[in-house]
Amino acid sequence: MDEKKLAIIATKGSLDWAYPPFILASTAAALGYETQIFFTFYGLQLLKKKLALEVTPLGNPGMPMPMGMDKWFPVLGLALPGMQGMMTAMMKQKMKSKGVASVDELRELCQEADVKLIACQMTVDLFDMDQAEFIDGIEYAGAAAFFEFAGESDICLYI
Amino acid sequence: MSEFDQELDASGLNCPLPILRAKKTLGGMDAGQVLHVIATDPGSVKDFDAFSKQTGNELMESKEDGGKFHFMIKKA
Repeated sequence: MDEKKLAIIATKGSLDWAYPPFILASTAAALGYETQIFFTFYGLQLLKKKLALEVTPLGNPGMPMPMGMDKWFPVLGLALPGMQGMMTAMMKQKMKSKGVASVDELRELCQEADVKLIACQMTVDLFDMDQAEFIDGIEYAGAAAFFEFAGESDICLYI
Repeated sequence: MSEFDQELDASGLNCPLPILRAKKTLGGMDAGQVLHVIATDPGSVKDFDAFSKQTGNELMESKEDGGKFHFMIKKA
């Protein structure tokens, strides 16, 4: 049986959107897929040694709010200082209580399972990011390198 | 409950952790040995079925008992 391949592009740098790429990649690896994730733009936040990911209710009408807050908080209230930090803390607490893995843990599981993590070199330069901020064991490459793998992949996802 | 060689209690863990832990545990076992996984995630029923089909590790038994799900997986 030929090894199947999964290619993912991760473009988002928030706590909630950190999950799909790492969950799918770690699971695919467990199922025997050769897997790569290409991190570009805000997705690069997911490769930082110290993750400082947050979740925001702003511009996100689908986000379930604790204690019915969406009923008594006007949209502008969600932009108040401290609101994002509070939402992030509540989300993390909820995830922990439901046995959902942390992003750190899922990322480690991906690395253990030989999921190849690739940082977009162009974005690193664009935002003047320092390679020392990123975890070890990742590669730096560009779009052509992504296509070399993605062109051979069975599944390709843009997240 | 039939015989097994190793047991993995994944109670309280959510998707995809039960599958990832099972995969890791199977990695340290010999072909033909049986792993007994206990989980509380209702999604794990379909997930272990799919895991078995895609990895070739036979799902010998899958059942619910007292709110917990039990899976017997034979390593290929």
